[in-house]
Amino acid sequence: MPRPPSPSIPEREFLYASLKQSLRLDGRLPLEMREPTLTFGPDLGWVDCAMGRTRVLASVDGKMVKPTPERPLEGVITIHSEISPMASSDYETGRASDEEVVLTRMLDKVLRRSDTVDKESLCVQAGQRVWHLRLTIHCLADAGNLLDCACLAGIVALKHYRRPEVEVEGEDVTIHHPSERAPIPLAMHHTPYCFTFAYFPDTTTQAVLDPTSLEQRLSAGLLSIALNAQRELCVVQKAGGVPLAPDEVMRIINVAVGKAKELDRIVEKRLQEDWSTRNVEVR
Amino acid sequence: MSFVLPGELVPAQHVNLKLGPGLLQVSDVKNGSVMSTRAGELKHTANNREWWIEGNSRRYVPAPQESVIGVVIARSGEGWRVDIGSAHFASLDGLAFEGATKRSRPNLKVGSVLYARVSLAHKDMEPELECFDAQTRKAEGFGELKGGFLVRCSLQMSRMLLDQSHFLLPLLGARFPLEVAIGLNGRVWVSTKEPKYTIAVSRCIEAVDPDGGGMDERAAKKFLATLDI
Repeated sequence: MPRPPSPSIPEREFLYASLKQSLRLDGRLPLEMREPTLTFGPDLGWVDCAMGRTRVLASVDGKMVKPTPERPLEGVITIHSEISPMASSDYETGRASDEEVVLTRMLDKVLRRSDTVDKESLCVQAGQRVWHLRLTIHCLADAGNLLDCACLAGIVALKHYRRPEVEVEGEDVTIHHPSERAPIPLAMHHTPYCFTFAYFPDTTTQAVLDPTSLEQRLSAGLLSIALNAQRELCVVQKAGGVPLAPDEVMRIINVAVGKAKELDRIVEKRLQEDWSTRNVEVR
Repeated sequence: MSFVLPGELVPAQHVNLKLGPGLLQVSDVKNGSVMSTRAGELKHTANNREWWIEGNSRRYVPAPQESVIGVVIARSGEGWRVDIGSAHFASLDGLAFEGATKRSRPNLKVGSVLYARVSLAHKDMEPELECFDAQTRKAEGFGELKGGFLVRCSLQMSRMLLDQSHFLLPLLGARFPLEVAIGLNGRVWVSTKEPKYTIAVSRCIEAVDPDGGGMDERAAKKFLATLDI
């Protein structure tokens, strides 16, 4: 099948008409996001993040590698993400869709280039051994706003992950199994969250946060903002679409700040709940 | 009630046997000649005459004589190509409408929604649609659906909604006037006076859908009361 067909005329007209009255199909307010559900797996750094029917699974694993000669004191973080037809019948295998390119680039900007994880703390022996963290993002289902869900899953996975403790004695490096010594969390500078707003062709229609797939496809431009609860802006992305006034962007950023604080509370609460159920034996 | 997997033999026997969705007659099997083609619950009528499989699949597989809701994708020659949610697009002939002639054909645009009947469904061929009743050749409700909104649900939910004894549509109909067309391909077209009513219908279908909320009648009533209508 070629590219997915664009939504039908009745769907388009109805969505625009109802958004004009600030009504959304799932009963949300325009600037309300779906509450994320975070489920942690048996392994550290394994997170299943669901926002409505959008579902993303993220997992982190670490191994020792030799660092690159240019940066002998820094660990390596790689992000692997792929959108397969499993997420939605709109995607096909082989060819990377525009959505996939955007997702990969945004994940790289939000999670890696914003210096979320302190890379120097991942160094074990300068120029010899560093930790290589591999973050894998599996998109299980796409019901709209896959990007925010994937970013959230990725950041929570990094926060949830704990690496084994390492002991260095001269040239000898001992990696302690988690059952011997408690694994240690990654040193994180901050936790950015991504928020996507959809704009519609009719300029009197208010922007909506966390668009569903129908809203996303009928939108006339998406604005993605990544920031942390401390009001530090990491990424602002707007690839084409309707022009926006600076005031509008500032207004939306202020909305996003509030949402980031809310989301941060949810994430911290869930992480704490999960950690309290885990029994880390220290012998 | 029994659960079957694809390829399992089904003990369906009757002098006047009628096989429904998910069952296939095979000739080269020694004992029993009915095989299941999908996973699900095996069901039959009280007199063992009609057998079918009730599954929870989400992907529509066209079957002859089923009513479906499609979206026009493109014009092709004399007819249209229509997306009915199956693996391949269906084709709809320009003359497959009530009273259509070479000169006067309905004017369907790309993106129009229509209610049609699958007239041909074969595993090696593209499905074909018709917009009239096979016996009377009258429209009988088939044709373009103007306005309204398209709600997507699971295939099981669309079958449930077609059941006259199902509670949801009477429950909603008692609150506000509504018009619906149910396609067996998991699409329901809804038209009401106000967007908020359409949204209420859409949310109720999602809530009652076994693949979504899975609410029963009491829970659905309570849910409907929380909606602002």
